[in-house]
This record gives sequence, C-alpha cells and structure tokens, in this order.
Amino acid sequence: MKQKAKVETHRHPKDELLREARMPHIWCPGCGIGSAVSAAITTLKKMGTDYDRLAIVSGIGCTGRVAGYLNLDSFHTTHGRAIPFATGLKLAKPELNVFVFSGDGDLFSIGGNHFMHAARRNIDITIFCVNNMNYGMTGGQVSANTPTGAITTTTPNGNTEIPLNLPSVAAACGAVYVARWLSVDVRRLAQSFHEALIKPGFSFVEVIAPCPTAFGRRNRLGSALEMTKLYNKNSVIRNGVHPDETVIEEGKKMVLGKFVDIQRPTFLEGLSTVSQLKGTMWPQKKVASNS
Amino acid sequence: MTSEAVLTGEHFINGDEACAEGALAVGCRFFGGYPITPATEVAETMARRLPAVGGIFIQMEDEIASIAAVLGAAWGGAKAMTSTSGPGFSLMMENIGLGLVTETPCVIVNVQRGGPSTGLPTLCSQGDMMQARWGSHGHYEIIAISPSSPQEMFNFTIRAFNLAETFRMPVLVMADEVVGHTLERVTIPPAEEIVVVNRKKPTGSPETYLPYKTDSSFIPVLPDAGDGYKIHVTGLTHDERGYPGMDAKTQETMMTRLIQKVRKNRDQILDYEDYFLDGAEIVIVTYGSSVRPALRAMRGLREDGINVGLLKLNTVWPFAEDLIRKLAKKVEAFVVPEVNFGQISLEVERCSSGQALTHLISHAGGGIHTPQQVVEGVKETLRMLGSKRTKK
Repeated sequence: MKQKAKVETHRHPKDELLREARMPHIWCPGCGIGSAVSAAITTLKKMGTDYDRLAIVSGIGCTGRVAGYLNLDSFHTTHGRAIPFATGLKLAKPELNVFVFSGDGDLFSIGGNHFMHAARRNIDITIFCVNNMNYGMTGGQVSANTPTGAITTTTPNGNTEIPLNLPSVAAACGAVYVARWLSVDVRRLAQSFHEALIKPGFSFVEVIAPCPTAFGRRNRLGSALEMTKLYNKNSVIRNGVHPDETVIEEGKKMVLGKFVDIQRPTFLEGLSTVSQLKGTMWPQKKVASNS
Repeated sequence: MTSEAVLTGEHFINGDEACAEGALAVGCRFFGGYPITPATEVAETMARRLPAVGGIFIQMEDEIASIAAVLGAAWGGAKAMTSTSGPGFSLMMENIGLGLVTETPCVIVNVQRGGPSTGLPTLCSQGDMMQARWGSHGHYEIIAISPSSPQEMFNFTIRAFNLAETFRMPVLVMADEVVGHTLERVTIPPAEEIVVVNRKKPTGSPETYLPYKTDSSFIPVLPDAGDGYKIHVTGLTHDERGYPGMDAKTQETMMTRLIQKVRKNRDQILDYEDYFLDGAEIVIVTYGSSVRPALRAMRGLREDGINVGLLKLNTVWPFAEDLIRKLAKKVEAFVVPEVNFGQISLEVERCSSGQALTHLISHAGGGIHTPQQVVEGVKETLRMLGSKRTKK
C-alpha cells in the first residue's frame, strides 16, 4: 500500500502569539501598527517569559485593536482608560508583566491625565504608543500629536495647534525609560521593547508609524512605501539627548533613540518602604538648608 | 475570633466606615478611589486598614481612573471596590458599562448627596436612583442595593460583594449622606458567621474553553488574568469566545444573555422586608434613609387605627415588580417617600398599573423626611382615596 504523503503545515514562527481565528486584522496595507506588533512578538518570544505571565491592555482605536490579536490574556478597554485599567491589574497581580499597547489619541488626547499619573507613581507597567499623528479609525481627525499645519478631516485648513512631544511629557512625568523609534526599524524597536518590558517601573516607547490611508493621503505624503521612506529619511538617531530636544517640527529631522533610562522605586516598592518607616519618610523634621 | 480583616465586636462607627469594614470582612483587597464628600470616610478607612490585611489602596487621579483600576484589579483576581458620590458617580458611568459587558465583579458605593452638579456636597439626597439604573449608555440590567443604617452599610456591602461574585457584574451600593454619616452601634459578627461567596473559576482545558458560554444560569465562569486561559476581554459586542462580532446576531445573543442573567435570577437577588402587609389598606414603599422616618410614621398611624403596612426595599434594582403587581391588587394605595422628585415611585406606579394609587412624598434634599411628613402624606392619600370613592 502506498504510504500517504504527510502534509506539512507550515506555520510562521510568530503564529503562536497571534490569534489566528481573528485574522484577517483590520489594519490598512502599509500601516505601521503591523510592524510594531511584529517587533513586539519578536521581543515576547525572545524574553522567554511564560506567556501566562504576560497581559496586554489596549484602549480604543486602530492600535487599540492589538490586544485582540495577541494570544495572551488581553483587555480591550474603554477609550483613554487602558493605563488605569492596567494599573489595577498590575497592583492586584504583581507577578504579571502588564503592558499597554495603544495609540496617540487614546493615550495622550483622551487619556493624557492617566499617563501623567501612572508615570508619576512609577507603576511597573510598559507603555507602547503607536503615534500615527491622527485618529485613524474614525477616518483621520486631528489628535494631540498631529503636527502643526497638517491637514486632517477636522483641520481642513491645517492644524493650528502644536503637538505634544511625547518623550518630553513622559520624562517630565517621571517615566524611568523613554525611547522613540520608527515602526519600520523593527530590529531597534524590538530591542527597545525588550529593555522597556524588563525594566522595573513605568517605561515608555513611542513608535512613529505611517498612516498612509488617513494621514498620508490628505497630506500628500505618497504611497505607504513612499511615506515609510520619507519618515526614514527625515529622522536621525541621537541616543541620550535631552527629551526636550526631540520635538517633531517642520524642517527638522525627527529625533529617535533612547532618551531616559534611570532607576527609582516603583509604586509597590514605595509602599513597602513606607510601611517599614511607619510614616516617617516625610516631612523631615528639620529645616532644609540652601546649600 | 477577631482577625485583622474582621473586627468582631461592637463598634461605634459611621455608615461609611461600616461599609469599609463590611468590604474588608468579605475579602475586598483592592480599593481605588478619589476623595469626595460624603463618601471620603470609606476611602480613608480603606487606606488605613487595607495594608494590614495585605490589600492595596490607591488614590487615583479621578473617578474615571478609579473605576478603571477597580475593573483591572478584579481581572487580577482581587475583590475590588470604589466609593464615590454624585459627581464621581457620573464620571464612572462609561466604565460601569464596560464592567457590565465584560462581566467583571466589583462593588461601587455611591453615598448620595444633593445634586445636580456640585449640589449639596455635605447633605443627603436620593437623586441618583435612576442614574444607577440607566446612567451608562446602552440597555442593561443592574443590581443596586440600598442600606438604611450603618449596620446595613456593613451587612449590605458584604451582600454586594457576594452578588458581584455570583453574577459576575458591578453591584451598586446606593447609600446616602444620612446613612453614611450616621454614627451608631455596628455589630461585626465572628468571621465564621459571615457568608463569603468567591467567583467560580474554569477548570477545563484552555484549548476547548469558551469563556462566555453559559449554562441555564446565564452566568459565565471566567478565569483571572494569569490563569493560563489567554482570555480576551473586550467592551465590543462579543461572542462565546470573547471575540468581537460586529453584527446583529452576536448583539442579540450577547444582550439577551446579559439581560436574562439578572431577570431570570431575580428571585435570588431580590431582598426586602415587610411590615403589616396582610390586610393593609395603604403600603409605604421605602428604601435608604427614608426607612426610619417611614417606620416611625407607620407605627404612629397604626396606633391611630389607620391600616398601614410598609415595604422596605433592600434591593432597588432589579425592581420588585412581581411583588408590587401582587400587592396592587390587594391594597388601595402606595405611599413613597423619596428624597427626590419621584424616581422609585415611578416604578411603583408602573407596576401597580392603575390598580392602586401611588402617592409620592417628595423631599428636595438637604435632609430627610420627618416622620410627621410621612404621616401627613399618608393622611393626604386617605383623603384622595376618600374623594375617589365619593366620585364613584
């Protein structure tokens, strides 16, 4: 009897971290979110952390959909509220490595207040923010990260506001790790994700991503490929510069790199310190000298 | 036996503190909140007491963050709670919806104060009863319970957690300023006498597990994060796998089950106390801080030979529809004292559907009814019934 040929099913090495039943995903061709997710999967595989010890939290929007596609405990929450949700999850179960994957509109327009306070408290979570400079899912409206002058459906004559500079905000609020990379630079991105995920405390990685469908088209930035090349050409890596020198503006190259990598006690470490000190940490009962 | 979590014994504490003690006694180990009068003492008590029992207290940046953190903590396996008052309750509405649709067990305490807006921060109202029922967008069923004393703040908070864990949903404790700030004796029983319900957890293989598939109880059995089930939890309409389904059929299946979960289990949820209902001509329907003046009024009226009974609603949502329908056939009128301009009285009126008169005794807030006002309200109702009879 003829031996039945064994059918080899070829699976991509990254498939184990994707929910195949949920494919195809909703992202447009050329969108930078895909490569950011790819970099994240590379990192998660390489880290070697038991997948059951990982949890992803997203808000709403195109990037907010990442939680639904990763084969981990995943939480797709309300608009802007991924960070406080992740805060509760992390504090209730500190053995989990909790990371937030969401967009600029979600994390910095509607959710900006929560970002500020989680960073200040040094909650031990990691934030991946895909900055596509507009609200992609609803068709391309202005966000807190739209560059001045850019056309969106709600700034038909050009944006008159200045965008938030995310590394500055993160550093000012007390984040212990701050970096910015292009979505196309998957190698550096994966390396940075890795550093951020294993770093104790509030870590932040901004991913500059092309949104050719909603943002690129209206601003005549060309095809997805042309837009990717444009971002690549108009950027420069300057590790270690002061975050305030990374403002994205017309006529200047986008500054990429790792800008902050410091240590300070996390929220939970602080709690245990305070309980040992029995409330004597502050105020110090002596007059501070000026010297 | 006294433990750190269950302070068995007699205490002289206010309703807010009793609420916090109830939460600790039933196993609450996460509190995320924001200060607001007249609920602040709940947070303060939790801040002081939680570290001693290995729990986490965090003061969040606002009430939106508070409820979001509570939902996150619940998925981390903790029994979690927040407390607030009107303005904060308004901010929590969106994520109460997320809690309902993702079937997240948690407790939200609203120590009601006068509104709208900033209103009367330090004074009582029952103005949020309908907001509790309908405040988040979309159609849903909710559970809300209404304590009328500090002792009930303790007892009912325990029950709120048990209901949340049983039915996997946010449960609202609709207290008010008078109940929250009344300082009196509260008895905390021995730990072994306290009924504690813990959420069921899945035991089968993660490969074949369908998180939102339920049996005839309509209640899903869900894991915590980190249990190995790789669950997806979303505020989008979702199917039995928990995956989004953007179509009318998925919406119908999910919504029907969420509604049935409360409606079909109503008898397990409902709790009330009745006084002299047999043969009563008039029944006072009351909840929260209105209960005490209403009971006093009832006793006085009965001494005067007026045939008045009383129904004390310990759960306000779901509403005791069948009970009111049944009573409406036997009694002449319902009298409803409320510190608002008619909320629960509307439900009473709906369920009595013309078979018995419904008379609201409203109070604008800033205080509660005196027993005399309730007596007057009942007498007014008797006059209304009298003129109705004369007309016939």
